[in-house]
Amino acid sequence: MKTTYREATRAAMRDAMQRDDRVFLMGEDVGEYGGCFAVSLGLLEEFGPERIRDTPLSEAGFVGAGIGAALGGMRPIVEIMTVNFSLLALDQIMNNAATISHMSGGQFNVPIVIRMTTGAGRQLAAQHSHSLEGWYAHIPGLRILTPATLADARGMLWTALEDPDPVLIFEHGSLYNMAGDLDDDAGAVDIHAAAVRRPGADVSLITYGGTLQTVLDAADQLADEGIDAEVLDLRTLRPLDDAAILATVAKTHRAVVVDEGWRSGSISAEISARITEAAFFDLDAPVGRVCSAEVPTPYARHLELAAVPSAERVVAAARQAVGAHG
Amino acid sequence: MTGTAAPAFADPKHARHLLRQMLRVRRLEEKCVQLYSEAKIRGFLHVYIGEEAVATGVMATLQPEDAVLATYREHGHALLRGVAAGAILAEMYGHQEGCCRGRGGSMHLFDAATRFYGGNAIVAGGLPLAVGLALADKLAGRRRVTACFFGEGAVAEGEFHESLNLAALWQLPVLFCCENNLYAMGTALRRSESQTDIALKAAAYEIPAWAVDGMDVLAVEEAARRATDAVRAGGGPHFLELRTYRFRAHSMFDPERYRDKAEVAEWLERDPIDHLRSALEAAGQLRKKDWDAIQREVDAEVQAAVDFAEAGTPEPTDELTRFVYSERSAP
Ligand SMILES: Cc1ncc(C[n+]2csc(CCOP(=O)(O)OP(=O)(O)O)c2C)c(N)n1
Ligand SMILES: [Mg+2]
Repeated sequence: MKTTYREATRAAMRDAMQRDDRVFLMGEDVGEYGGCFAVSLGLLEEFGPERIRDTPLSEAGFVGAGIGAALGGMRPIVEIMTVNFSLLALDQIMNNAATISHMSGGQFNVPIVIRMTTGAGRQLAAQHSHSLEGWYAHIPGLRILTPATLADARGMLWTALEDPDPVLIFEHGSLYNMAGDLDDDAGAVDIHAAAVRRPGADVSLITYGGTLQTVLDAADQLADEGIDAEVLDLRTLRPLDDAAILATVAKTHRAVVVDEGWRSGSISAEISARITEAAFFDLDAPVGRVCSAEVPTPYARHLELAAVPSAERVVAAARQAVGAHG
Repeated sequence: MTGTAAPAFADPKHARHLLRQMLRVRRLEEKCVQLYSEAKIRGFLHVYIGEEAVATGVMATLQPEDAVLATYREHGHALLRGVAAGAILAEMYGHQEGCCRGRGGSMHLFDAATRFYGGNAIVAGGLPLAVGLALADKLAGRRRVTACFFGEGAVAEGEFHESLNLAALWQLPVLFCCENNLYAMGTALRRSESQTDIALKAAAYEIPAWAVDGMDVLAVEEAARRATDAVRAGGGPHFLELRTYRFRAHSMFDPERYRDKAEVAEWLERDPIDHLRSALEAAGQLRKKDWDAIQREVDAEVQAAVDFAEAGTPEPTDELTRFVYSERSAP
């Protein structure tokens, strides 16, 4: 079946609503407007305003209400338009969703799913473009998903809803129009394991979300130069699939981590540290990193492009990793 | 013009000035829409068409030493505050001649010279800043006003309520200007507020608040003058709910499924520019050649701005990480 990332995400929500009447969707403009990125378009007509619930502009309020509804036995999907706006709800996510299970000594749990758009690339400037999923991955108590393929856009949501704890799903804004084929019977997928998207022998390119395609493009260019790159899609940033990371490094002995977040204190730093902690003697080169420039995302196209990871920078980093091997 | 029943304007020259100001905003915005469709402007673009009387009327009452904050729908506010149309357009082109060197774009216009503190793309994000600017003035003993524009959608955010309370509690010189255009993207006010009388909310914080016809620039100006005078005189924060309507879509991506054409058509009848222009004409205080001259001059200004933006240049890419930290020491 031909589909898009947007449609696959919508199909996942429709499926969840049909399967479990505790599931409802809540967020700004998810109903009458049809979703700010048209992801929920048509769902209001299908499921009605009780279950496709438009909220006022009040992120702290409705995210917190979602947490409360989860405590109350529902299975809310809360949509936040853009990761930058999730900061207004950060208190609820961090101080409530992520802590209540632990603080209550395991008496309560918060089975909420929070979806939001992340990432740059659309010239939306410094209040709409950041990649903060790595930040969220810092927080114990949360599970962080970054679907990068149609199958994951379609399949991660249901598994996330079955999880007893809060799950955040980050959808890179540049992926919504991504088109391709999806099996007609595509359904739930695991949310634990990283996936090798391209096997290779010379260098491991480790990434997730919006930069997966950039990295696959870089791998094609590297192949032309005779460098056989393996591409690992992390899929889940918390908990990280350490086994998959170490397995690819054991195979290629070289790693480059590609992450649209800022380099300092990023998820790429965490991955690099884990590789050096656990596989130092497997490495034939220092772990490389390609991240966003440490600047609030600029509006001008050429500056924005210069700020985020590009295939050229990934290729250069991979070359360096390979070349560093005497 | 004897025999006409239309009331004359006490100060027709000033009324013509306001007409011209509104037209400057309208024509600039129309140009932005065109340039967006030509892909010269990118990102999100929100235009102020239909709402011109609001910023025009309020801004006419401010002094150069006052401060202004607005939202992502702020091209008109910047222009009326005195930012050159060319610097605004060049910003949207992403050129270094833009008022923020192309780093901010449409939603983030800033200008220190006119004390224009942005362009803010986080709904309600500007209100606490306005409170702080006013606090600084109060602490420094300066008699300045901080005018803060925001949409009615912001009223649902916590920052709105926290800001109103702080401003009232500390009696700060803020003029809150709520641009109530009835919609926040696709969400109608009646679907987002249990109490839709916004002035009443401000009144609950003990802030003097009035609802004003935001399609009538003279009514806006009169109310704003009363409010700014009171704020400047140390009367604490004041609040205006300006009832208006956006004639165009929320942004360039909005298919407008949430409102019907008849409603839009009804509001189009109340176009603030047509309204003032015909009133002036009926009173015999705007001759055809006056109106033609205003249009000619405004068109020339916008064309010159386009030429300026077109001639602009991108900032060198190796300057990417400039301005993350200040390049000058604190004054
Ligand atoms: C905190 C936050 N949440 C959501 C958004 C997305 N958004 C941008 S504009 C808008 C509607 C705001 O409406 P209103 O305040 O009435 O201003 P208007 O656009 O009508 O001028 C929304 C929901 C945002 N920019 N910031
Ligand atoms: Mg509005």
